[in-house]
Amino acid sequence: MSDFILETKNLTKEFKGFAAVTDVNLRVRRGYIHALIGPNGAGKTTVFNLLTKFHTPTSGTISFNGVDITRERAADIALRGVVRSFQISAVFPHLTPLENVRVALQRKLGTAYHFWKPASTLHRLNDRAMELLDAVGLSDAAGVPTVELSYGRKRALEIATTLALEPELILLDEPTQGMGAEDVGRITALVKRVSTGRTILMVEHNLKVVSTLAGRVTVLQRGAILAEGSYDEVSGDPRVMEAYMGSAHA
Amino acid sequence: MNRYIWLILFALGLAAPFAVYPVFLMKLLCFGLFACTFNLLLGYAGLLSFGHAAFFGGAAYVTGYLVKNSGLTPELGVLAGTLCAGILGFVFGSLAIRRQGIYFAMITLALAQIVYFVALKAPFTGGEDGLQDIPRGMLFGVIDLGKVYAVGGKSLELNLYYFVFAVFCLGFWLICRTINSPFGQVLKAIRENEPRAVSLGYRVERFKLMAFVISAALAGTAGATKALVFQLASLTDANWHTSGEVVLMTLLGGLGTILGPLVGAFTVVTLHSELSSAGSWVTVIIGFTFVVCVLLFRRGVVGELARLLKKSL
Repeated sequence: MSDFILETKNLTKEFKGFAAVTDVNLRVRRGYIHALIGPNGAGKTTVFNLLTKFHTPTSGTISFNGVDITRERAADIALRGVVRSFQISAVFPHLTPLENVRVALQRKLGTAYHFWKPASTLHRLNDRAMELLDAVGLSDAAGVPTVELSYGRKRALEIATTLALEPELILLDEPTQGMGAEDVGRITALVKRVSTGRTILMVEHNLKVVSTLAGRVTVLQRGAILAEGSYDEVSGDPRVMEAYMGSAHA
Repeated sequence: MNRYIWLILFALGLAAPFAVYPVFLMKLLCFGLFACTFNLLLGYAGLLSFGHAAFFGGAAYVTGYLVKNSGLTPELGVLAGTLCAGILGFVFGSLAIRRQGIYFAMITLALAQIVYFVALKAPFTGGEDGLQDIPRGMLFGVIDLGKVYAVGGKSLELNLYYFVFAVFCLGFWLICRTINSPFGQVLKAIRENEPRAVSLGYRVERFKLMAFVISAALAGTAGATKALVFQLASLTDANWHTSGEVVLMTLLGGLGTILGPLVGAFTVVTLHSELSSAGSWVTVIIGFTFVVCVLLFRRGVVGELARLLKKSL
């Protein structure tokens, strides 16, 4: 197996003539936490949506574990082991946390289309669901309506749901966005914990989080890759400083 | 929900024809089931269909035609109507499901208008008159559904009533089961957060299409049964007014609640029949009721009740 779990070749996306992303060659090494950073409008979210198949690339290819997934459906890459999160916490607000996690678990049962079976056939997934909730510190809230959880806990629930699919590659879209300092610390620790044995690619604004977590960093600017390397290499790069600050000496 | 409440409701349903005019009760049951199928789609899958009359009316015509001209027994007639409505639902669904919100509603409306036009113009539908004198026939070839019993000075169509009641219970049970099934769980997840459901590996179009077909087929069951009760399949059944009425019933009773659409349908049908002497004022009064309900009970009658009791009804 190749060292790179996810690779893109000349990935390009144009929206009605405007090139949001041009010729991005991204390589995500297996087992690393890889961060995608860049100033506003650099195309991070577009790249992210291309990788997760929520957008179709204008040209270029994406391969996962050496398999070309450029033309696959968003729902199908989840079956291959690629699961994404969203900028705004992606939970099912009117289901309980237990049910949230179970929605992810139940696909394996193969009864997702069975409308004639009682929902109680899902109860055998409860133990596994509780384990997952426990892992993110939510076992005390398993039965309350998800809408009532705090923002940080919703994000934790989202991670538990993602883990339920046992993904090889997790794509996190700004996991700490909109959080207070306390929650940021908790989620950072959680991401670190779940990264064992997995690869994580994340888009993140908070450079402190990036410096704590990421083994590899790719900097995007104006839809193209500006620099790539470890956090220290990248943060010392004058071009990166200029992109962020406006000039190298600021 | 409490088992006892279900038992009480079931017992009430069994005893009702001795207290209330059976044909009226059967109308309630048919429209109740119809509203439940609509609620399955809008309340649990988040899809606003504005063409449900096409399934209701379409099935009424198919069942009426087959029972009248091919001599099908009533249960087979209803089954045929259900099946046709399901197939029609598959066609409508496949075309409309790719669009969302108002566009979805518009496509379903447009397709339903085509069905209405066919009902108006086709040679076998009776045009403006509709299909009349549909025989009620012999259930399983044995039980005469047209039989009238004289009980305490009243003449009751008990055989037909219990047949309709059984069909209703079966349809209603199937809807409840669909809502509370592994499939229903995914459906709710899609309604709550579609992109997330996609990222968890669910092909949401398939789930939506399946919900649409189930809903359409059972709306057909309701329409087919109605055709047997009134011995008539008319243009009103397939008209867009009927599509609009079912939206009103569901919202009035409580969207996304199990009992809401029943309450809504019963209210609207009762108002229609009680106020029939008021002529065209019926529309005004129902409109007024609807406005008051929307202002006072945003979640519908049952929805508000459920909130007060902190239970799901």
